[in-house]
Amino acid sequence: MNTPEVPRKPSIAVWKFASCDGCQLTLLDCEDDLLAVAGEVELAYFLEAGRASVGGPYDLSIVEGSITTAGDAARIREVRAMSKRLVTIGACATAGGIQALRNFGDVKEFLAIVYAQPQFISTLTDSTPIAAHVPVDFELRGCPITKTQLLEVIGAFLHGRRPNVSPHSVCVECKRAGNVCVTVAHGTPCLGPVTQAGCGALCPSYNRGCYGCFGPMENPNLPSMVQTLRYQGVDDGGVIRMLRTFNAGAPPFRDASEAIEAEARGSEA
Amino acid sequence: MTHRSPASRTLKVDAIARVEGEGAMFVEIRDGEVHDVQLRIYEPPRFFEAFLRGRRFTEPPDITARICGICPVAYQMSACNAIEAACGVTIDGQLLELRRLLYCGEWIESHALHIYLLHAPDFLGYDNAIDLAADHAAIVERGLQLKKVGNEILELVGGRAIHPVNVRVGGFYRVPTRRELAPLRERLLWALDAARQTVSWVAGFDFPDFTHALELVALHDADGYAVLGGRLVSTRGLDIAAEEFDAHIAEEHVAHSTALHAHLLERGEYLVGPLARFALNAEQLAPDARDSASAAGLTADERNPFRSIVVRAVEIVHACAEALRIIDAYAPPEHPAEAVEPRAGVGCGWTEAPRGTLWHRYELAADGTILDARIVPPTSQNQPAIEHDLFHFVEANATLDDDALRHRCEQVIRNYDPCISCATHFLDMRVERT
Repeated sequence: MNTPEVPRKPSIAVWKFASCDGCQLTLLDCEDDLLAVAGEVELAYFLEAGRASVGGPYDLSIVEGSITTAGDAARIREVRAMSKRLVTIGACATAGGIQALRNFGDVKEFLAIVYAQPQFISTLTDSTPIAAHVPVDFELRGCPITKTQLLEVIGAFLHGRRPNVSPHSVCVECKRAGNVCVTVAHGTPCLGPVTQAGCGALCPSYNRGCYGCFGPMENPNLPSMVQTLRYQGVDDGGVIRMLRTFNAGAPPFRDASEAIEAEARGSEA
Repeated sequence: MTHRSPASRTLKVDAIARVEGEGAMFVEIRDGEVHDVQLRIYEPPRFFEAFLRGRRFTEPPDITARICGICPVAYQMSACNAIEAACGVTIDGQLLELRRLLYCGEWIESHALHIYLLHAPDFLGYDNAIDLAADHAAIVERGLQLKKVGNEILELVGGRAIHPVNVRVGGFYRVPTRRELAPLRERLLWALDAARQTVSWVAGFDFPDFTHALELVALHDADGYAVLGGRLVSTRGLDIAAEEFDAHIAEEHVAHSTALHAHLLERGEYLVGPLARFALNAEQLAPDARDSASAAGLTADERNPFRSIVVRAVEIVHACAEALRIIDAYAPPEHPAEAVEPRAGVGCGWTEAPRGTLWHRYELAADGTILDARIVPPTSQNQPAIEHDLFHFVEANATLDDDALRHRCEQVIRNYDPCISCATHFLDMRVERT
């Protein structure tokens, strides 16, 4: 008699590159769902959670962090080769993170500021997202990502469908939450119109302007955003700082901040 | 594996699990003597202190939170303290109490994570908490729910659990109403009981017979178990203000670490964190926490780093009791934040992060531009102490076979709940016996 074949649980691996650990912690923060998820999948490699590690290949790799060293640039290619699907999570993995601020400066100078013996440190001049090195199947945004979106992405990949993650702006979430617009009502500078939704319009709900931690939405109108901020009295240095935080390396934000710098150089000349 | 003489061997762990960040361990034994131990931190540096230069004095709470996803509030609070000191502003009253409430949330979340998911599996012979849950579902569930209560405080007061959005220099963007805080009360009463059960559970673990005589260093505040400030004191008479940190503690850059090693200029390695706080401030714990500590047999003379897990559990009891006290006495402050005007100068500030004292120093220009920033996290202060423990533990247990010794050494490291993302600014263990 044939014994029915027990279906193999899909295997998940969680990887860390340059980051704060916060996005993979989001998985451990799913307190109500963690044991249920762990029952449906094999957490084959998740260093933060356990000693046991099962070798690849993996059905799904979840990657946190950006690439900042030659060693990590090689390691991400090995991870990709072992992974059927690869999803990047968080601003570091999808845009280079806060550490991409080095891309606008001189990394040698940065090294000398922090370390007395710079020769002990090996680092690349730029912090780059994972997609700059290997093909990525889906990018989940946020600094940090949100739990519900992470569970949606894991569920979607396990069932072979696209994740249902909206690419619209924070403004839409604000309207749904019934918030009064902080820009219109209080003149507070807010990046909501160009920032991707996903946080639940958190900052405006706490009476502050959005600071763009989910990075640019799909097709953002940056020139109009910059004009609005200037109209509100934010000086160019201020606009550049607003665009250069956790998603400074995301192309729309990067290009807009560099355009302001180029404009300033043009008017000097 | 071939049998090698236990007299000379090398043990390595290339990537230490159940710690935050990336590190390795290397132990070399020659002719029965411990020759070298290294906690290697190879997590790539991210240069926070460099790119803070040129930013506005209002930005460090958001930016430095990103150093660590597990203790962002510690970074936000130390940054606020230092910048407010530079600008001559002191926060007190209900704003200070709300900061303490937020910090209680982080202590509960971080300690519950470490006890249940990262550290307890070591003592009970499991590789991870998921396997532990297969045999002890109710216990792991209790730990997850306890952690969740901590996160609920962070979400309510801070906006979200990881990188809260509601913290600003001077206070908050929006303060909660009494009605908004009310639902936390019921949850915290449950958590207080779960925390007491956690103390009795971990106190019953089997602890290796191992003590050290390291100098213990923590903040001390006459007004209560220090979290948000105070003077830095030690078991050997250190007693300094935040501005004096530099004159007593030096950081050194060693080849095997992207974290800087800190030491006391007069006496060398020292230890920060739960064991130090308990040794120096135990009598200031909330009565519930003091009762739990004495029932667990903890005294201020506790020097077994393996028993730091019991102190963490006691600190959860304390944090729950504190949070309840704050909520019960809460009256919303008139303004969500004090006005803070920049001025030229230097400000230093510190707080007790879950893993120990976290010091920040900022130099500001008159217009509020940051000219210089320095951050000394707890794990870089503890790294020499961890290596000290490893050395003496291996010396006393050199007869163990490689696997057992390696496993125990990983535990020695996890006693400190090292946060390597913080310290780099990753652990990889290797034991070499030649």
